Amino acid sequence: MARIDLDHIRHSYLPNPKSPSDYALKEVNLTFEDGGAYALLGSSGCGKTTLLNIISGLLTPSEGELLFDGKPVTELSTEARNIAQVFQFPVVYDTMSVYDNLAFPLRNRGVPAAEVDQKVNEILRIIDLESKAKRKAQGLTADEKQKISLGRGLVRSDTNAILFDEPLTVIDPHMKWVLRSQLKHLHKQFGFTMVYVTHDQTEALTFADKVVVMYGGEVVQIGTPDELFRKPQHTFVGYFIGSPGMNVLPCEVDGTTARIGEHSVPLACGLDPMKTAQKTEVGIRPEFVKLGEAGEGLPLKVNAVEDIGRYRILRGEMNGAALNAIVGEGESIPESPTALFDPAQTNLYADSWLVSEGA
Amino acid sequence: MEKTVNNKAWFMVLPVLLLVAFTAVIPLMTVVNYAFQDSFGNNQFFWVGIEWFQELLASERFHDALVRNLIFSFSILAIEIPLGIGIALCMPKKGWGVPVCLVLMALPLLVPWNVVGTIWQVFGRADIGLLGYFLNLIGINYNYTQDPIAAWATVIVMDVWHWTSLVVLLCYAGLVSIPEAYYQAARIDGASRWAVFRYIQLPKMHSVLLIAVLLRFMDSFMIYTEPFVVTGGGPGNSTTFLSIDLVKMAIGQFDLGPAAAMSLVYFLIILLFSWVFYTVMNNAGAEKKHYAGEE
Repeated sequence: MARIDLDHIRHSYLPNPKSPSDYALKEVNLTFEDGGAYALLGSSGCGKTTLLNIISGLLTPSEGELLFDGKPVTELSTEARNIAQVFQFPVVYDTMSVYDNLAFPLRNRGVPAAEVDQKVNEILRIIDLESKAKRKAQGLTADEKQKISLGRGLVRSDTNAILFDEPLTVIDPHMKWVLRSQLKHLHKQFGFTMVYVTHDQTEALTFADKVVVMYGGEVVQIGTPDELFRKPQHTFVGYFIGSPGMNVLPCEVDGTTARIGEHSVPLACGLDPMKTAQKTEVGIRPEFVKLGEAGEGLPLKVNAVEDIGRYRILRGEMNGAALNAIVGEGESIPESPTALFDPAQTNLYADSWLVSEGA
Repeated sequence: MEKTVNNKAWFMVLPVLLLVAFTAVIPLMTVVNYAFQDSFGNNQFFWVGIEWFQELLASERFHDALVRNLIFSFSILAIEIPLGIGIALCMPKKGWGVPVCLVLMALPLLVPWNVVGTIWQVFGRADIGLLGYFLNLIGINYNYTQDPIAAWATVIVMDVWHWTSLVVLLCYAGLVSIPEAYYQAARIDGASRWAVFRYIQLPKMHSVLLIAVLLRFMDSFMIYTEPFVVTGGGPGNSTTFLSIDLVKMAIGQFDLGPAAAMSLVYFLIILLFSWVFYTVMNNAGAEKKHYAGEE
């Protein structure tokens, strides 16, 4: 188990990267605390897997340094780093039995047979595959195979961290829940540092203590699920997390007031007059948009109302920008509704980044 | 759901049945017919029962040809399969080298059998052939028209040259279908190069290797053109394989009855060996069949 530091890590798949767009990872400074459960969240192609492969040593970063417990490991081979990785598609050694699959990493490292047997039996019990120990791995279901992949990481006592690369992609939905709670349980039991890559926000938010959101090869926010929900540092975070995502409306800022078209919205903070921004936007979660009668708030054009059971989603438009609002079960939607923004929950973004200082 | 029985369906498959009858069943039956009769030309046939079979199975000439053919087939399998796997493992997986290698590998397969024979016949000649000339120059007495060992070596090397690429291409197809994650997992598990081959690459090549072994066995057991062109079955009878012997008997001596009997036995031997190979190799990966289609 170890603390993992990424120090100014940059990576490009091109031999001679020039512009920032040549980099798959622009610049990442990140610390995974020992024993933490982290999720790397982002859309496809944002550099999550690249980052993971750099940690496991399958890729050597173009620039920067990787440290395990303060010791540089950038130049170390994958085997020497003692990392376990679970891949998107289950990787098992088809011709070996379940038992031999689990024993494989230990035997490769020359662990004595008695110790191998004891460790493997322990892990078989934990991943609940004792009854299939003698079976060939080939015929197992996807979730059982994925458990074996995980087991090959758990079986080693020297594992520094376990990395997961979208491990539940091929698992049936009902098994996803089971496996995810097992993972949570294992994390509590063993205290491994776990890094979990996913593009599924539910997976990320339920698994991790801290979520690292990546966008375009950069880390845009690291925070608890609650922080990501209430104070998205970047409009991408707001948009990516939550269902539906945060409303982002272009505006002009005047002191602590945002103007959307002809209408004004009060803000909790304002723009630093010393800084100039190319574009300014207000962001508000659909959960915090209240509906009012005509004349109360900002005029809203309703396009559709989706009833998804527990609540309804009002899909509308304001000043040409899309605006969603969540309407609770008991609440009614006025004939020509207006939108009321809660100033405490209204965030201001300058060039897509959250403005936090007051004016 | 009730299965519909409709005898009209037979009419639908009739064209294929007719085609198969004309191309396979009728010729085969003709051979069976000849195998039990003796003919003296002029379309006169006499029933002889299983006499030709008894004669054939007791004949030393047939035994020798059969043993030669088995030695030949197992030799080329023993060389071509490991060599093919080895070359496939060395071939690049991406980049400009891939098409270059594939074209190079496909080249021998595109050459007609008799041309392959002619190439090697000339290549091996001591007076004008590059190979024969230089072998003799460095002191090896190489003459495939007189020395049985040289003749055998030539025929085997020629077959390896001609057909190893087929094994390479099949193995390569198996290798490139292995997802990168398997190699990454093996690195994480600290697997040695040998373990990667034994537990990842070989199992994934299993089904293509089965095809390669079957194809190469059947083809080499039926080999005719190349040794016929190079050695003509000689020197003496040293490279007279079953097919060469069969042609001598049927066309050269016009012994239709014995030749027909031999054809049938020959056919059954190939069938038997192919079945054995198939069963043995399939059992080696038996569990695959039960859970096929899972991944």
